[in-house]
Amino acid sequence: MNIKDPSMAVEHCDVLIIGAGPAGMAAALAAAPSGASIVIVDDNPAPGGQIWRDGPHAGLPAAATQRRSAIGRCANIRLVSGARVVAAPQPFELLLEDAERGWRVTWKKLILCTGARELLLPFPGWTLPGVTGAGGLQALIKSGLPVAGERIVIAGSGPLLLAAAATATKAGGRVVRIAEQASLKAVAGFAAQLARWPGKAAQSLGLFNAAYRTGSHILSAQGESRLASVRLRRGAAGAEDIACDRLACGFGLVPNTELGQHLGCALVMRHGTAALAVDAAQATSVPNIYAAGEATGVGGSDRALIQGAIAGHAAAGATAQADALRPQLARWEAFAATLHHSFALAGPLRQLAAPGTLVCRCEDVAHSALAPHKDWATAKLHTRCGMGACQGRVCGAATQFLFGWTPNAPRPPLSPVRVATLAALAPSIPTSDATHGT
Amino acid sequence: MTTPRTVTLQINGRPLSVSAGTSVAAALCIADARRIGMARRSVHGEARAPFCGMGICQECRVDIDGRRRLACQTRCEDGMTVEAAT
Repeated sequence: MNIKDPSMAVEHCDVLIIGAGPAGMAAALAAAPSGASIVIVDDNPAPGGQIWRDGPHAGLPAAATQRRSAIGRCANIRLVSGARVVAAPQPFELLLEDAERGWRVTWKKLILCTGARELLLPFPGWTLPGVTGAGGLQALIKSGLPVAGERIVIAGSGPLLLAAAATATKAGGRVVRIAEQASLKAVAGFAAQLARWPGKAAQSLGLFNAAYRTGSHILSAQGESRLASVRLRRGAAGAEDIACDRLACGFGLVPNTELGQHLGCALVMRHGTAALAVDAAQATSVPNIYAAGEATGVGGSDRALIQGAIAGHAAAGATAQADALRPQLARWEAFAATLHHSFALAGPLRQLAAPGTLVCRCEDVAHSALAPHKDWATAKLHTRCGMGACQGRVCGAATQFLFGWTPNAPRPPLSPVRVATLAALAPSIPTSDATHGT
Repeated sequence: MTTPRTVTLQINGRPLSVSAGTSVAAALCIADARRIGMARRSVHGEARAPFCGMGICQECRVDIDGRRRLACQTRCEDGMTVEAAT
């Protein structure tokens, strides 16, 4: 493929799905019987999203492998892994990039299944090697990170802590502490309600993990060049120091709304976080664009599968089938509400960062440099916070929690991109000079 | 689980063998433990390692076969060359 070609390759499809997690897979399989040409684009090397991440130590559930096989059998579904959306050069068209090339895809219906990321909050020592997100550690282990014999502390909030602990234990890691910031009363209340959602009860088994503590949160991570120990808050004023090799710290999930926002899709606040607004058919505020799964509000994979199927049917014009699935959604929306209520983040977490703690990891901007500013735009202008490679995806969510700031809508390119790919945005400019740079 | 095939890549010119399917981010963590290299240095020179594990934080961006890529979203391949900070 000649990336110097100013016209660049253009691929056409009826239904374009961004994200190959549960929602994206369900959307593709629901739309497929219509005969529509379907393209699924995903930035990971294999489909499955975060929850069904494949890898040498993954061990995928049947729900994942069956859907992967089913997609493989559909001649009208093309799965494109390892590719990112860079921009929307014009209506009904997205610019993509993978390791080799950039190209454009035109679509008639677009389904955004962009998932969620972890809420990663700054605390002293959070940039030390050995500190990761909670889901981040889980992802790294599934992707082959050896942790056998390592002492691992998992901290933050939500059921993901238990899932990360289970993955780490299975890989031979020694989970020496799981620190859940929510109170025992809140967590016990959540566990008691799990019977309403059969299949979710298994997650409560972690409550019997001897290392599990409620009402406990990270205070700091210590180490010279890498993590050596952590300090955790216990109770109102107590603290404990634990020597460890890894700290996995995550405070829940944040919907990935950036692509939807870039396309003009309206947001709605769901459980205290901005999410893509959708109607009963999973349609966003922009005609012909649908959204499903965590991007519409964090609620788990069961909800994502149903939303994805509704969106797939709706995009393919099968409104009756989409409507028929709708009643199943209510119970998972109720699950999401219970989850968010039980694991609501406590106020003291807003005081975790010290003045010298870096909040923006890309540009090394400290908390003390941000605190005097009144909003995101001013802080960004004066400190470069949010202007680095992650484009505010980590610090934007953090400052929203810490300071109540609302990050601006993202601008293209939506992720770091090669010059040769960007050339597609300006096809009138000769591109023979635009092949260098990464 | 079957015995996995291994692949050998070069990190900062040093060979590293890992199970097939291992991400470059996981390989960088192994490399860091052996003092071969980690992910990157921050603008103030701090050592940074893979952090979010899912293509968001950009801490694991390294040169892979001459192109800047995210280590957590790239699988190790035989003969792959990775240039990372030390």
